[in-house]
Amino acid sequence: MPYVPHTEAEVREMLAAIGVDSIEALFAAIKPTLRPKSFDLPPAKSEMAVTEHLERLAGRNAAGLVSFLGAGVYDHHIPSAVDAIVSRGEFATAYTPYQPEASQGTLQAIFEYQTAVTRLTGLPYANASVYDGGSALFEAMMMAVRATRRTRFVVSESVSPIYRIMLASYTSNLNLTFVTVPHASGATDVEALKAAIDTETAAVIVQNPNFFGAVGDFSELFAHAHGVKALGIVSVNPVMQSVLKTPGEMGADICVAEGQGLGLPMSFGGPYLGVMCASKELVRQMPGRMVGRTVDTKGRTGYVLTLQAREQHIRRQKATSNICSNQALCALRALVHLCLLGEEGLTRTAGLCIERAHYAAKRLTALPGVRLLSEAPFAHEFAVLLPKSAFEVIDKLTAQGYVPGFPLGRYYKGLENGLLVAVTEKRSLQDIGVMAELIGGAL
Amino acid sequence: MTTPTVFATSRPGREGVWPEAPKKPASEYIDQSLLRAKPAGLPSLSELDVVRHFTELSRKNFGVDGNFYPLGSCTMKYNPKFMERVASLPGFAGLHPVLPQLQGAGRLCQGALEVMHETERMLCEITGMAGFTLHPMAGAHGELTGAMIIAAYHKDKGRKRTKVLCPDSAHGTNPASAALAGFEVVNIASKDGMVDPEALRAAMSEDVAALMMTCPNTLGLFEEHLPEIVKICHEVDALLYYDGANLNAILGKMRVGDAGFDVVHLNLHKTFGTPHGGGGPGAGPVGVAERLTPFLPISRVIKLEDGLFSLDYDYPKSIGYVAPFYGNFGVLLKAFAYILRLGREGLVRVSENAVLAANYLRARIGQFLEVPYDRICMHEFVCTAAKLTEEDGVRALDIAKALLERGVHAPTIYFPLIVKECLMIEPTETENKETLDAFVDTLSDIVSLAEADPTSATEAPRNLPVTRLDETAAARNMVLTDDL
Repeated sequence: MPYVPHTEAEVREMLAAIGVDSIEALFAAIKPTLRPKSFDLPPAKSEMAVTEHLERLAGRNAAGLVSFLGAGVYDHHIPSAVDAIVSRGEFATAYTPYQPEASQGTLQAIFEYQTAVTRLTGLPYANASVYDGGSALFEAMMMAVRATRRTRFVVSESVSPIYRIMLASYTSNLNLTFVTVPHASGATDVEALKAAIDTETAAVIVQNPNFFGAVGDFSELFAHAHGVKALGIVSVNPVMQSVLKTPGEMGADICVAEGQGLGLPMSFGGPYLGVMCASKELVRQMPGRMVGRTVDTKGRTGYVLTLQAREQHIRRQKATSNICSNQALCALRALVHLCLLGEEGLTRTAGLCIERAHYAAKRLTALPGVRLLSEAPFAHEFAVLLPKSAFEVIDKLTAQGYVPGFPLGRYYKGLENGLLVAVTEKRSLQDIGVMAELIGGAL
Repeated sequence: MTTPTVFATSRPGREGVWPEAPKKPASEYIDQSLLRAKPAGLPSLSELDVVRHFTELSRKNFGVDGNFYPLGSCTMKYNPKFMERVASLPGFAGLHPVLPQLQGAGRLCQGALEVMHETERMLCEITGMAGFTLHPMAGAHGELTGAMIIAAYHKDKGRKRTKVLCPDSAHGTNPASAALAGFEVVNIASKDGMVDPEALRAAMSEDVAALMMTCPNTLGLFEEHLPEIVKICHEVDALLYYDGANLNAILGKMRVGDAGFDVVHLNLHKTFGTPHGGGGPGAGPVGVAERLTPFLPISRVIKLEDGLFSLDYDYPKSIGYVAPFYGNFGVLLKAFAYILRLGREGLVRVSENAVLAANYLRARIGQFLEVPYDRICMHEFVCTAAKLTEEDGVRALDIAKALLERGVHAPTIYFPLIVKECLMIEPTETENKETLDAFVDTLSDIVSLAEADPTSATEAPRNLPVTRLDETAAARNMVLTDDL
């Protein structure tokens, strides 16, 4: 039997040591009335047969399309060394580092990850990760509820609609109030957000670049929120954060990010990485694990899980969150990715995406009847309005091997002609040129 | 041996994996006022610098590949290597998650949708539940999803149910998840290691939304009053939640749906062999009984009449989105491959051998360490060092550290909270008898030495990269990054 090593003789010896005569005797506590009514599963298959089956299924996915899809998930190059390092069994087959003396590798890596993401975002504290960018935003909200003892949130409609649905779902029994402030033709409407903040507001939530790709500065917005003791929460893109103004520089209190762009494959939606950073005042409100540096009995540097009194295994229902398993190996991927690219490599990646996105915007807006949704500056992603349904154009192009972008009408009524185009360093100028020509032909 | 951080060894100008440079800087496209004032300060290292650094760090870790890891409630079984390969097939790893949301584009990812559909179907058969969602991204996330479904069910019935009951032996995530979903948590005291039906009956009322149970419980014991517990809950239509952390004990022996549970989460990174990754990513699919299927998160995968698979969002009673897309798909793939590989017989053998190994260790370890509930256990058991602590001042923590010194990962210690100085041992089905025997000998030796020389026992581990660490100083100083 695969993965079960006991020979028949060994099973007999073990049963004898226990003092029973059969394995079934060990299950006597499960009475006949509780036994399965059915257990109808396929018979075992060899490793080769299962692998071939999965290869066939993988072959029925069009992963090879020339894609300009983004909407929060981006197709960046992943250096080979990332996989080589994270697939080491010492990392991949370890548990949560509850025994620090036997887990210094994982612990130091998390410490370095915390350092890397705080440097990217400009906020001083980070946790060891949560599930994804959306659940990170929910946890940030809950931090704001605890810190302010308020329950009203002002949210820009230009925050990812996927995340906003997650927030609404998670909080449906929590008596929280959301005020959603419409976007201004794709730009985040700072003045309207300011007007919506009142003395009952726990936090204002924005995204940068926002879902439409527009880049903003929220320094004034956060200062305004602080004026009524509300917090500023921003969701960012960690790759673009190598060049964009940081949440720290803007005075944000909590910053979250989907870390997928940092060396994680798109993998049909996960596993991803929820990045969370916060100001010093909020560090004890953080959910999940955090690693701190300390010394051992001989005075040597070492790392431990710290401030655990916040966590569910100590505090139970009074914990800051229920999270236990996080995305540790994904955080390791992100760290290794950041180390391999380094300051120069990540800045180049961001710069290349921005440059090519601007080239793509130029090519698309040169087509008759195509214009940018917003005049706001953008980075690696932008929205255009087509003279016809974006759904139809996308449908036509996928048949030709290209996915030109995401249909904004999927989540925004009235933007059925809106196409959200993301450009990463993996899309060449030629890819962009062909895509523009195909769109021209489809209009 | 201290390893300097990547930030300390950085040498600005040293080239790693750099893409080509853009022709113009970002400031040509975006106004300087919207850009960061200073570089982030990421490290500059060569590729070999990076590989050496992380290889060195990896050597400071215990993992299942290198060490016996009998960590109770964590099911640290061997993680078959072929699963990594199937999850990294480009046809899966390179797949953008919004593809099936494009018009008619379900045709672009039939293989991935089939994986999800078949995984759901097999998990339904394994557990006896009517429907599954694969979206929850970890066990606790599954608990939260389950608690949200329970809330939606009662709300739909027009009832106000404010309380969730948790036994005092429950994992900490149970009460934390119920609280996060908006419930008040009420603890139920155990009696003789089991949920006490009398205590349950006393706590039961029309305010109770659900009871969260772990079965076998965290002492490794099968809850012998289960049928009565189900009856007490269902009399007032309080739902029964099954914490699947301990499912490795009962594959093919009991299906939680048949037994009367209404909601269950599974930890694919425990029972279904996907690696723990140093704390994640996991996957925590949630199964429900028929009457709860309308409340499952969206999207759901459906099989159309023409045999094609599609995503369906049209469930007006659904709790909504718990994940941005469809869960930790890369992890689901591995579990799917694991189930196919083992098949029906293989899965039954998993539990049989996990329970065999646990009882073998219980019988042998019970000869020199007290096993407070010394009877046939399921996949794990709890022993206590309370006598050693009382007589020699040697604690469960010291035994744990002594095991680390000898190359064995420690059992779970100080959990469940209802046993003093406890060590919770779960060997899993994948460890051979030599390893189990060596573990017994090592533990026996540690206990004997602890009695002979208690002071020495408190000094372990002496041969690892660090000795015991000052956790109080860590919490006080809060040095959480290289910049603090």
